[in-house]
Amino acid sequence: MSLPRTLILGAFLTALFLGGALLSFVWTPYDIELLDIPNRLHAPDAVNWLGTDHLGRDILSMIMMGARTSIAVALLAVGIGMGIGVPLGLTAAARRGSLLDEVIMRGNDLIFAFPSLVIAILITAVFGAGAANAIIAIGIFNIPVFARVTRGAALSFWSRDFILAARVAGKNKARISVEHILPNIANLLIVQGTIQFSLGILAEAALSYIGLGAQPPTASWGRMLADAQTLAALAPHVALIPGLAIVLMVLGLNLMGDGLRDLLDPRIRVART
Amino acid sequence: MKRLTTLMLAGSTALFAGAAYAQHTHVNVAMQLEPPNLDPTAGAAQAIDSVVYSNIYEGLTRFMSDGSVVPGLAESWDISEDGLTYTFHLRDGVTFHDGTTMDAEDVKFTLDRARAEDSTNAQKALFANIAEVTVIDPLTVQITLSAPTGALLFNLAWGDAVIVAPESIGDAATHPIGTGAFVFEDWVQGDHINIARNPNYWGTPAVLDSATFRFISDPTAAFAALMAEDVDVFVGYPAPENIPQFEADPRFQVLVGNTEGETILAMNNAREPFDNPLVRQAVAHAIDRQAVIDGAMYGLGTPIGTHFAPHNPDYVDLTGLSNYDPERSRALLAEAGLPDGFTTTLNLPPPSYARRGGEIIAAQLRAVGIQTEINNQEWAQWLETTFRGRDFGLTIVSHTEPMDINIYANPEYYFQYNNPDFQALMTTLNETTDPARRTELLQQAQTIIAEDYVNAYLFELAVPTIARAGIEGLWLNQPTAAIDLTAVSWP
Repeated sequence: MSLPRTLILGAFLTALFLGGALLSFVWTPYDIELLDIPNRLHAPDAVNWLGTDHLGRDILSMIMMGARTSIAVALLAVGIGMGIGVPLGLTAAARRGSLLDEVIMRGNDLIFAFPSLVIAILITAVFGAGAANAIIAIGIFNIPVFARVTRGAALSFWSRDFILAARVAGKNKARISVEHILPNIANLLIVQGTIQFSLGILAEAALSYIGLGAQPPTASWGRMLADAQTLAALAPHVALIPGLAIVLMVLGLNLMGDGLRDLLDPRIRVART
Repeated sequence: MKRLTTLMLAGSTALFAGAAYAQHTHVNVAMQLEPPNLDPTAGAAQAIDSVVYSNIYEGLTRFMSDGSVVPGLAESWDISEDGLTYTFHLRDGVTFHDGTTMDAEDVKFTLDRARAEDSTNAQKALFANIAEVTVIDPLTVQITLSAPTGALLFNLAWGDAVIVAPESIGDAATHPIGTGAFVFEDWVQGDHINIARNPNYWGTPAVLDSATFRFISDPTAAFAALMAEDVDVFVGYPAPENIPQFEADPRFQVLVGNTEGETILAMNNAREPFDNPLVRQAVAHAIDRQAVIDGAMYGLGTPIGTHFAPHNPDYVDLTGLSNYDPERSRALLAEAGLPDGFTTTLNLPPPSYARRGGEIIAAQLRAVGIQTEINNQEWAQWLETTFRGRDFGLTIVSHTEPMDINIYANPEYYFQYNNPDFQALMTTLNETTDPARRTELLQQAQTIIAEDYVNAYLFELAVPTIARAGIEGLWLNQPTAAIDLTAVSWP
């Protein structure tokens, strides 16, 4: 069985940025904290592969450092969403129809009802701009997504025979949720995680763009775009490159998510063989 | 198809006709900020003066673009021997836009209102030394001072000292009525203000029939509006990086004038470690002014070494006291007991001189070991926490009021510089009318604050005005915030 082509392309793009971000911990072509104003706005050439920005910093180095910020924020935000959302969803499914189920799910509906980016702006505006608050703001909106997906998927298992067998064997609901249900819905959560991860990248870029994300000197794609806004006519590469980075990273994650779903979904797998 | 072409032709002819008509008698002026109200005698916002100064309201004296003070509504004046009594002779035949006559009673009303206990005038200090305003006859008014005030004629030229009438002051915030060459027409908040030529103006009438002020805060939108010729003049164009494009475009002219805006890296003198002059000196030596001017302003701006406008004849060049010398800076930090540097906050209001300049300054400070935590703040937030709340370590701001070195005599002012010697010097200055002596005192004052390294003095803000080619009569410099359209004309 061959891997889906979308998965390969998606994984390649994701690995490219992930690799760049990891590499930036040990090496970047130039130090992004070093400003070189006389050499600003250079077009891409052999010295600066992706050119220099309005303060003469190397754009390739900025993109690598920016990838690190984007990935860290999105990853932690997805972590918050999964860490809180999945247990909530499992509990709600285990106690289906109970008051607890109602409370959890209506609470999720409440968060879901707010436009996420607007609330993220509110949170960062109240508690101050910065990467940590951006993570919390984006993370909170991942909670109901994971809770709903988990509950929906878990419910379908609770009536299955192997779960009934486990109950007859005397396992309690919490143990069944962790030992039998979670492994069965893990595929779904991974796919959902990839999608939320790409949304997290977009949200981080949006918050940084309006100045509420990571603060300088931390590099961030959104802020690179904002800085380049008035320069678009003068030096288009300064705006195009961070824009392309966001597009490719999000595209890569979405393709990978699609590919993983195809690969992991048992129904599709059966149809393919 | 043929009919379509005809229609299009007809349409474009109509458009051109409209444009041609508009070009000769109307001008669309854009600025970044919208005024919160239109009463310059009751609000601090510079945007108010930009719209109304000289266009709608006039004072006894007025500024010209080169900063000189010339007669306004007062034709001439006599000053008593002791410098305590000024007798102003008003121009005859001046009327307000509502038809009422402007006379000595209005002058008395204006000045008494501005210096009253409950006055909301943003620059009450301008009137502090006025003891009494007396009406001699309808065209003569006498101002008695409690102490000689060398700067009285200068003070009366400010937008905060324009002459208003008791009959119309009630609605001045939304419907200003003055004596100027333009009459206020309407204000659609958030969009534009229209003014039209005053047919009954006492002096040289305006050349334009009418003008529209528009407010465009976003630099990208500002660029687009100019390129699309939606606006004819942009005063205080916010994106200096685009200026070469306008210079290269024959449709536009670029005027780069100086302002009264001393752009400084203010330090909280009351807070550790900036209460130590050595630390302040270290910060000053860590900064490469030219890099900030080039990086943030694309070369627009004149380096300054003290809080004084370089185009003023009394200016002393003290930039050498705080030259760029990171080695010296590190040594000073070590001497101050901070060999490893320290961490502080850097609060940045929205203008690009602050936001971009802040990034550059943060990098320069990092190079000597001073770490900064950057907080980007909106103006309201900056005024609340940094300016009024004094909750900051460092901040960057441009002080655009003319001759405002006296702010260093106020220990409550946000950077909290408290030097009794300087305060005494300012008191002496206020009481001095002899020009040579004033120059001497002003130069002394500049030197004191530079040697105390109260703040790091960066550059004098330049104001770029982009206008359609051929438009004449615009102010080049901004001695006060004003977009004086009274002499503006199309070719």
